[in-house]
Amino acid sequence: MPVIDVLLEPLSFGTTWRALIQITILGILGAMVSAWVVLYRLSYGAESLAHGMLPGLVLAALVGMPLLLGGLAGIVVAGILVAIAARMPLAETDTAVAVVVTTLFGVGILMALSPASPPGIGEFLFGNLLGTTEAGILISAVVATAVLAILWLLHHRLLAVGFDGDAGGFTRIPARLVEVTLLILVAVTILVSVQALGTLLVAALLVGPAATSRLVTRRLGPLLATSAAVAVLSGIGGIYASFYLKTAAGASVVILIAISFLMAAAWAAATDRRSIRADLTAASEG
Amino acid sequence: MSKSGTDSSRSNRDSLLAEAGLDNRSVEDRTHDGAKLAVATGLTVGYSGTPVLAGVEFTIAPGITVGVLGPNGGGKTTLFRALLGRLSPLAGSLEVNASCSTVPQTDRSRLDYPVTCLDVARMGTLANLPWWRRPGRRERQVALEALDSVGMEALAGESYGELSGGQRQRVLIARALAARADLLLLDEPYSGLDTPSAERLDQLILDLAAEGRSIMIATHDVDQTMAWDRVLCLNREQIAWGRPGEVLDRSVLERTYGGQIVEIPGHPGEGVLPPHHHEHDHGG
Repeated sequence: MPVIDVLLEPLSFGTTWRALIQITILGILGAMVSAWVVLYRLSYGAESLAHGMLPGLVLAALVGMPLLLGGLAGIVVAGILVAIAARMPLAETDTAVAVVVTTLFGVGILMALSPASPPGIGEFLFGNLLGTTEAGILISAVVATAVLAILWLLHHRLLAVGFDGDAGGFTRIPARLVEVTLLILVAVTILVSVQALGTLLVAALLVGPAATSRLVTRRLGPLLATSAAVAVLSGIGGIYASFYLKTAAGASVVILIAISFLMAAAWAAATDRRSIRADLTAASEG
Repeated sequence: MSKSGTDSSRSNRDSLLAEAGLDNRSVEDRTHDGAKLAVATGLTVGYSGTPVLAGVEFTIAPGITVGVLGPNGGGKTTLFRALLGRLSPLAGSLEVNASCSTVPQTDRSRLDYPVTCLDVARMGTLANLPWWRRPGRRERQVALEALDSVGMEALAGESYGELSGGQRQRVLIARALAARADLLLLDEPYSGLDTPSAERLDQLILDLAAEGRSIMIATHDVDQTMAWDRVLCLNREQIAWGRPGEVLDRSVLERTYGGQIVEIPGHPGEGVLPPHHHEHDHGG
């Protein structure tokens, strides 16, 4: 089969089209948000929110509420519980957060496996990229536009606060407010991506692209561009892979992001990036 | 550097600054006797009602350099926070008539962070923009001029993380200049600098003072403080304020440093162990 047909054949299905458009929107959104997640060292927090929201999603499905609403409730509850756990003097912060998140996740699974649960509960874990509806695309497009507009508007303040808090008193808005705004944008991004990728896979989209591009560049512009390229190409590649190899679409996307990361890591290790590695070491020691 | 050298660089900088619109007041206006950038009167500051620093009394005129001496926990950082307006006085008053900026220690910087020198300097311009405004071409120009006045314009596009410690310090000073600060608060700026970098920083501080800016330099180093116009000694309370040559004596240094051994300037190798250092250990 000629290459052009390999590329065109999946496009004769509306399902594939919608999935491609959806993953392109979510890929660009996820890549931009992931850059800030990685720069603000929020990877673990983003993953905790994504996993901890599961009970909210399942509950919404059980009582027939809109999933977005259930997801929103789930993410707010998870966020509050994680924040409380992080301040508990009983255990190390990451231990306490891990306990809370796995507990929430377990509760979500228990509810999902109850007899009252509607079928297709696996979608909550792994998403249903190929089941993307036109309404779903519209919601993602609107939310992505809003989130990207806020990121663009606050770009320099995010950059300044991430650099050294507001040590110099320059940013005109409290550093804490900038950080909370970023967390809200992360939560909104999780919420809008979770139907396509599920609570397990969405974490990869929020960390993977920027984690990958950070290995190949230390400039912000190229970092954002590479992140977007990794996310969108992995997204499109994953959908084609699922078409021809009959693999799960969301999982294929995530595997391709992981492969990109490994390739970038190998490239960084192979080429002599002494300064980057020395600085990363210095930064982790400092 | 000779006095004439400083003067010529002063006039050069003035014309540069005037062109840049960074500061449209003349040197005379800025240094005339009545001007006061900051006045502390019986000032006590602290956190959630608990005093950390008491009895602070000073007046900062434009164009002077002030060494702020004291041990860790002596109140230097707390005083800077108060000058920035982030702490209200618990007692007394603190009047600040200048825009104030801190220059943090460079070893707190994240070296793996993807910013250029220009990016860092441009962060300062945010101080004069409402939160919804992004820095534009004018702010870029202000940032470049600030980098120029610290001698870093040629490296504007370089990654901040790849610079030397002294260069990073100058970029952070440029950021404060881009914020149009008249009163610069330098937190341990000499820590980790080699001798040439330290000398360059000395000269830069003198140049900035010649332009009418005042600079407060927090430090542990008594010798270094001798070079500045004024010294402020803090150890949970104000121990001394005045010209370093006049106020820095054995008793002041003992009270400033509590139980620590310090050297008296001009008497290298002569250690002072305060006789009653046990009494100083539990002040708060």
